[in-house]
Amino acid sequence: MKFVLAGQPNSGKSTIFNAVAGYRSATANFPGSSVSYTISRALIQGREVDVVDLPGVYSLTSSDPVAGEGESYLLGGDYDLIIDVVDASRLGRSLELTLQLLELRRPMIVALNMLDEAERRGISIDVAGLQRELGVPVVGTIARRGKGLRELFRTALRHAHVGSPAPAKSLDREIEQALESVSSALQGAGVETGVPARFAASKLIEGDRHFSSRVFGWYPGLEATVAAAVSALERAHGWSADQIVSGGRHAVAHSIEERMSIHGSPSLGWREWLDRLLLGPWTGGPLMVAILAAMFWIVFGIGQRIEGPLVEVFDQASAMVIGRLEPGSLLATLVHGVLMGLAGGVAIVLPYLIPFLLGLAILEDTGYLPRLAYILDSLMHRIGLHGKSVLPLILGYGCSVPAIMSTRILESRRDRRITGALAAFIPCSARSVVIFGLVAAYLGPLWALLVYLLNLGVVVVLGSILSRRMRGRSPGLILEIPELSVPHARTLAAKTWLTMREFITIAWPLLVASSVVLGLLEWFHAHDDINAILSPLTVTTLGLPSAVGMTLIFGVLRKELTLVMLVQALGTADVGSAMTAAQLVTFTLFVVFYVPCVATLAVMAREMGWRDTAWIAGLTIVIATTIAFAGRLAFGLVA
Amino acid sequence: MMTLDTIDVRRQARVILIDGGHGVRSHLNTLGIHVGDWLTVVERAPFHGPVLVEVNGTRLAIGRGIASKVRVEVDGTVTSLEDTARANLAPS
Repeated sequence: MKFVLAGQPNSGKSTIFNAVAGYRSATANFPGSSVSYTISRALIQGREVDVVDLPGVYSLTSSDPVAGEGESYLLGGDYDLIIDVVDASRLGRSLELTLQLLELRRPMIVALNMLDEAERRGISIDVAGLQRELGVPVVGTIARRGKGLRELFRTALRHAHVGSPAPAKSLDREIEQALESVSSALQGAGVETGVPARFAASKLIEGDRHFSSRVFGWYPGLEATVAAAVSALERAHGWSADQIVSGGRHAVAHSIEERMSIHGSPSLGWREWLDRLLLGPWTGGPLMVAILAAMFWIVFGIGQRIEGPLVEVFDQASAMVIGRLEPGSLLATLVHGVLMGLAGGVAIVLPYLIPFLLGLAILEDTGYLPRLAYILDSLMHRIGLHGKSVLPLILGYGCSVPAIMSTRILESRRDRRITGALAAFIPCSARSVVIFGLVAAYLGPLWALLVYLLNLGVVVVLGSILSRRMRGRSPGLILEIPELSVPHARTLAAKTWLTMREFITIAWPLLVASSVVLGLLEWFHAHDDINAILSPLTVTTLGLPSAVGMTLIFGVLRKELTLVMLVQALGTADVGSAMTAAQLVTFTLFVVFYVPCVATLAVMAREMGWRDTAWIAGLTIVIATTIAFAGRLAFGLVA
Repeated sequence: MMTLDTIDVRRQARVILIDGGHGVRSHLNTLGIHVGDWLTVVERAPFHGPVLVEVNGTRLAIGRGIASKVRVEVDGTVTSLEDTARANLAPS
C-alpha cells in the first residue's frame, strides 16, 4: 500500500509526512523547501504503508523542474491513493490543483490543512459541504499540532480499500466541447498516455510542451485536431487557450470556495504589523542587517562561552592519558590521534555548529527567507540574477549540498548554474566553524565579520562576472510570501538534530579516522613529504607553517577536518600559541574559498555536470590563493 | 495603459491582460493571478525592487520586470477592448 502526499508548495505536506514517518523530511516556511521526494514506511493502524512526500506543485501544467519531478510521479507513479494537502487559508487557489488531481481518476482524499491559519484569517469552511462538492473524503487537519492526522490516515486506509475515484468537475461549455473533441480523437487513435484521455486532452490544449511533443511525435495526425479545438476555443473567448482552461478551473475553484466558506474579519494582529516593518521600504533593509548581525553575535557568543572550557578539559584529559603511555610509541600515536579527533568534534565543532543550525532553522521556519528574497531582489538584479537566488545562497550558509540542490527552484538554467556556482563559495557551517574557531576566537568577532563581508564581496563580483558572460534569460521574481509564523521548539530541535545526526554518524567518525591516519603518517614520517610538496603554496606563497599542508588535503573530505587536523598537526588545541594572527587569517581565508568538500562536488556534478564542476573547483583554488595571499599582505600592512 | 509596477501602494487594481510569454503567464496563473482578478498592491520595494501584491488571500512578490508586463485597470481607467483582445492572442 502506498500513499502519495501531493499539494501546492508550503501547504504542509512534509509536516504531515514527518508526523507519521518521524522527522526525515526537512520542513521550512518557504515555497519549494522540498525539491525531491522522500519515501518512508510508516505503521498506520497496524498496517505497513509507504508514504511518499512529493515536492509541491502549484498545478499539473507548470514548467519548472522541481514541479516536474512531483508532476511526473503523480502522472505515472505506482501508488494506491493521493492525499491532496490543501491549505485551508488559500482554499480557492489550492482547489485549482485539486480539480486537476481529480482528473487523474485515482483514489484520493483531501487533507484540509492549516485550519488554524484559516481561522485567524476569519475563514470558516463547511467541511461536509466541501466533501459533497468534490465527491472525495475531506478531513480537517492542523498538521503542525498533529491535529486530525490520525483521522486522516484512518480515512486514507479505508478509502484506498473501498473508495472509487470521483468524477472530474466540468468546466464551462466551450472548454468541455474542446476537451471532448480532443479526448475522443485521442481514444479513436488509440493513444496510450498512461493518464485519462480527458486529462491528456487538457494538457494538449494548454500547450504543455513536453506532453505535446511526445504525443504528436507518435501521432502527427492529432496535431490538426488539437489546433482546431484550440482555435475554436480562442475564437469564442478572445484569449489564448492555456489562459482559458486555467481560467475555467480558477472560476470553478473560486465558486466552490465562495459557496463553502464564510469570510469573517481576520485577526492577523502582530503578523501584519511586523510584516509592515520587515518589508517596509525604509525599515526592511536596516532590519535585515540587524537580524543577520544579531544572529552572528549570538552564535559567536554561545559558541565562545562553551568552546573555551571544553578545549581546556580535553587538553588536560589527553595530556593525562598520553602521559601514561610510552612517549613516541605507535600506541601513543594512535591514542593521541583518536583523542584529537574526538576533541575536534566535541570542543571545537559542536559549540558553533549547534547554535548556528538552530539560528538558520529559526530563519527558515519563521518565513523570513522569502522576505529576504523580496528585499534583496533589486540588489540581485545588479549581479544579473533575481531575488529567488537568495534562498539557495542563504541555505549555503548551512550546507552547500542542500543549497545546490535547492537551485532547482529557479526557473532558468542560466540562473541555476550561476547560483549553484556562487553557493559553492558561500561559507557553509563547517567553514563557519573554522572562521569562528580560528579568527573569531583568537582575533575577535570583528575580524570574523570582516571575513564574511570579504566573502560576500567576492561572491558579488563573481556573480556579476558570471552573469555577464553567461547568456540566457532570467525570467524575474515571482515568489509567494507565506505568512510569518512562530517556529515550534520541537520542529526546530528535530531539524537541528537531522543535520547533527549527519555530523555525528558521518563526519565525526571521519574526523577520528583522519586524525588517526594523520598520526600514522607522522609516525612513519610520511607527512613531511606531502607537506614538502605543498610547501610552495603553503609556506612560500601564504607564509603558513608547512604542517598545515596535510590539513588542506583532509579538508577536501570535510571542511571541519581542516580545523581538527590543524589541532592534530600542531599538537595543541590552543592554535593561537602555534600560529601568528596573520597566519590564522591567511589560513582561514584559504579554507573558506578553496575546493568545496567531496559531498558538494558530487551534488554539483549531478546538478550541473562534471564540466561545470571542474571549472568551479579550479576557479575556487585560484580565488582562494589570490584572496589568501592578498589577506596576508593586507594583514602585514594593518598589524 | 497602466501596468502593475506603476500602481500606488494600497490601491486596488484589476488584471486585464498578462503580456508575457507562455512561461510567465502560466507561472502567474498557477500562483493565483488570472485575467479579471482584483489585486491590491501591499508594498513597493525601493530601488526598482519588486512589488508585493495580495491576490485571493495570498501575498506574492513580483519583480518589476514581470510587474511591468501585467496590465491592469484601476477604477475609472478605460481601455480599448480590441487592444486587449489582440494582445491576449499574440503569439508567445
